[in-house]
Order: sequence, then structure tokens, then C-alpha cells
Amino acid sequence: MSTPAILVDNVTVHYGEVLALDAASLTLDPARICGLVGMNGSGKSTLFKVIMGMIKPDAGTVRIHGEPPSRTRREGGIGYVPQSEEVDWQFPLSVRDVVMMGRYGHQGFTRQASKADRAAVDEALDRVELGDYAGRQIGQLSGGQKKRAFVARGIAQGATTMLLDEPFAGVDKRSEATITRLLRELASDGCTILVSTHDLHALPELCDEAVLLMHRVLMHGPPELVLQPENLAMAFGLDVLNRDQRDSHERRSA
Amino acid sequence: MELLLEPLSYDFMVRAIVTTALAAVVCAVLSCWLVLIGWSLMGDAVSHAVLPGVVLAYIVGAPFALGALVFALVAVTLIGVVRNTSRVKEDAAIGIVFSSLFALGLVLISVTPSQTDLNHIIFGNLLGVSVPDLIQVLVLGVVAFAILILKRRDLTLYAFDPTHAHAIGLSPRRLGALLLGLLALTSVVALQTVGVVLVVAMLIIPGATAYLLTDRFSRMLVIAPVVSALCSITGIYVSYYLDTASGAMVVLTQGVVFAAVYLFSPRQGLIGTRLAKARRRKAAAVAA
Repeated sequence: MSTPAILVDNVTVHYGEVLALDAASLTLDPARICGLVGMNGSGKSTLFKVIMGMIKPDAGTVRIHGEPPSRTRREGGIGYVPQSEEVDWQFPLSVRDVVMMGRYGHQGFTRQASKADRAAVDEALDRVELGDYAGRQIGQLSGGQKKRAFVARGIAQGATTMLLDEPFAGVDKRSEATITRLLRELASDGCTILVSTHDLHALPELCDEAVLLMHRVLMHGPPELVLQPENLAMAFGLDVLNRDQRDSHERRSA
Repeated sequence: MELLLEPLSYDFMVRAIVTTALAAVVCAVLSCWLVLIGWSLMGDAVSHAVLPGVVLAYIVGAPFALGALVFALVAVTLIGVVRNTSRVKEDAAIGIVFSSLFALGLVLISVTPSQTDLNHIIFGNLLGVSVPDLIQVLVLGVVAFAILILKRRDLTLYAFDPTHAHAIGLSPRRLGALLLGLLALTSVVALQTVGVVLVVAMLIIPGATAYLLTDRFSRMLVIAPVVSALCSITGIYVSYYLDTASGAMVVLTQGVVFAAVYLFSPRQGLIGTRLAKARRRKAAAVAA
């Protein structure tokens, strides 16, 4: 059996009194794309932070390719594509500047770019089809291009594991298809990808597997199965609604 | 020409100009990050909160920078503690901590003999900069400047995307601490020239001005210090001829230049963008 790309084993995280993750476990094989589905506040962001090692779990372990996250981070193995709201789009940086930030882990004390760094950045920009936009200020890109710019940063970095937080929010249909194709290509090159999304209809096309999260992992399987209405109801708390319907139905038949 | 050269025949004017230009450059470089992270209020806080540290350092004969660093750390820690362990919001926590520490500094000054020197720290005493003052400003300024420039890419990454910084194995905490330490050091440099009360202007205005003029951080790092140095030297000359307070004149000049850029910057200016639009419309009308 090969070492899993991402292993989250019985991870529990509290913020003060609030329970964010409750003995969550998740195993993801290399070169797979996994969709992470859950409500706001279900612990998706916390799970990302635990995988990146930004939060130390109260209990449980995290391994990336068998190593602790701190080690993978230093090797530049983890790429992160932030949610749109987390980024200051007015920041005076060009697309090339942002992608170059993926190379910092490979550079010396002052992060002086070498020829190899510049080549890696150009290649990553071409890969996401933003070569012609390299000189633009990042805020002057469309929603989909912005996402691709950050994916390019992960590619330039040489990330083997990529975490994407809501990559389809504020993205039109065509860009969504472009991003989906790009991520599928990356996965076929061996990159393991974890995507958190509200956009359920995009899941079957994009993902090999999906996870339902509600503080704990409720379900992990093929997207078609996870997206069954009765399963989604578990994660989104609609079971109350269903029970009411069933109750009234039973009453009527009685 | 005579107008420019005459003041330079006085040693105190030469020292004033060198000190101010240096402080202006270091503050301006730092201000580029402060305005982008949204740390302007923090700059205000730290630059005021270092006062008791400077006074205590003066009393025991330690370097000003050491006292300032210690109290910058105290201020930042206290702000964090008040914010995190009570329902008081951050801006209130900052206000409470820095004004209290500033007041502590004023009290210490009032009970310390030889008040003249220390009062200069509050309002600055550009024209009274002594040779040892100049050397201290020179050393601290060069150190702060060198660290800022060598670590500029990491600091920009920290300002833009601390999560990515963490993801590639850097420590956002350490980078944030570095920036705060440099803020304390820079405050000491600027104390000598414009005084505690007005340091914050030098720590905010140049970066904000440059931000309105360009979309590239690397260019901000050139525009901000150049504009700031020119403003400062202009301010000193004006104060020489009009016989006004020199530190205040320096800050006033910075403010006037910011206002001009705010109004007329072709990219972001209130009037500048409209003029550009009108010109484009006219050109389109002519073409049609």
C-alpha cells in the first residue's frame, strides 16, 4: 500500500469553547482531487489550516506524504489558493510578482530571483494561460484569472499538494471549466488536490471523490454518492426539514 | 541659488538637513508596508509608546534605541492582551495603551532634571541636532534601512499573504515581529527630527502618497523615500526663511504634497482621473 498524500487522523480542534473539528479523519491518495463539502462553520477552513500546520490540533495527527506538515512546508510541498475575500486585490503587485512568491522557499536570504526562478514563473504562467497578463496588477484580472494566478503560484512553487478554498466563488461558467481542466491536468501529473466548495454541481466533473464535513467527516466517497440529497441533508442540517415532511406524510397516511 | 546655499553656511542647518533627509528616507520606506498592512494606527501607537523608554534610557544613560525597543514591545504586548482578553476592540485597545504610555513618558520627563533635552523629543528639535545625535540617527537609520531593503520581499509577502508565507515554511509571526521592531527603531530615528507627536506623519504620508502614484510595490519603495526626502528638505528651507517650527513645517509639506497627489494623480487622483477621462472623451469625439 502506498503512503497517503494527506492523512488526517482523529483530529480535534477547539477555538476556546467552540468545537471546530471533532475527531475528523481523512485519507487521500496521491494524484486525486477531493471536494470538501460542508456549511459555513463546518470546519472546512480549520481543516485546511490543520493540514498546513497553521493550527496545532488538540488531538490527532496530520501527515503529508508520511511527513509532518512542518517538513512538507519547508520543502515547498503545499500550495494554497486563498478565498477571494482574503486577498487585498488593490495590493500593488503584478501577476508575475505574485507567482514569483511561490519561488521564495527556493531562494536565498534576500529572495533574489535566479534565471531558473524566472523560467519556472514563465512556465507556470503559460500553463494557466496568463502569459499575456503577467504585467497586470492583480486586481485587474477577472474572477477566474485571479484564481488561475494563485494556482500558477502553486505550480511555480512545485507544490505536490494543493489546497483551494472556494475556487469557483465569483467565477463565470467558462472560467470554471478552464479551472476544472487545469486542476485535472495537475492531478494527472501527480498533484494531490483538496478543494473546498459550495458549488455542488461542479463537483462530479472536477472531483474523484468528495467529503462531507460537519465538524467530523460524515461521509467520504465518490461525488455522485456524496451528493445524494439524503446525504447532503446530513451535512447541511436539512434532516429536520425532511423529518417534518416525513412526519406530516405519515400523519396523512395514518 | 543664493537662496539654497545661504542656509548651508551654518553647520546646524547642514546637520538638520542630513538628519531629516535620513529619517525621512527610512520612515518612508517603512511606511510603504505600514499603509498596505493597515498598521497606520499601530505606527501611531508605537511611535508614542516609545517615549517612556527613551526617557528611562536617558536617565540611566543607555542607548535610546534600547529603551524604545523595550517599550515598543511592551505596547504591542499590552494591546494584544487587552484586545484578546476583554471585550474592548482593537482600536480602543491601541488608543488606551499608547496614550497611557505616552502620558507616562510625559510624567517621567516632568520629574527628570535637565528637561530641555527631553522636551525636544516631544516636538523635535531639528535645528539643535548635535553631532552625537547625528551619529546615533545615522547608525540606527542605516541599520533599519538595510534590514528593510534586504528583507523587502519577505515583508511584502507577509503584508500581502501571510498564509502563503506560512505554507512555504516562513514564519509570519517572526516577520510581523521584525516589522514591529523596525518600527520602534525607526521611531527613535525620527524622534530627533520631528518629535514623537509628528513621527506618525512621516510613517504614513509618504507610503500613502506613493500608493496613489503606482501599481507596483517596487516603485513605491523608490517614490516614497524620494518624495519624502524632497518634502523634508523643502520644509526645512521654508521654516528657515519664514522662521516657523521646522519639524512641523516638514510634516506640513508632506501633507500638502499628499493633497496634491490625492487630487491630481493620473491613476487614482480625484480630479486627475476625471481629467484623463474627459481627454479620452474629447479624443474619441475628434476621431468620430
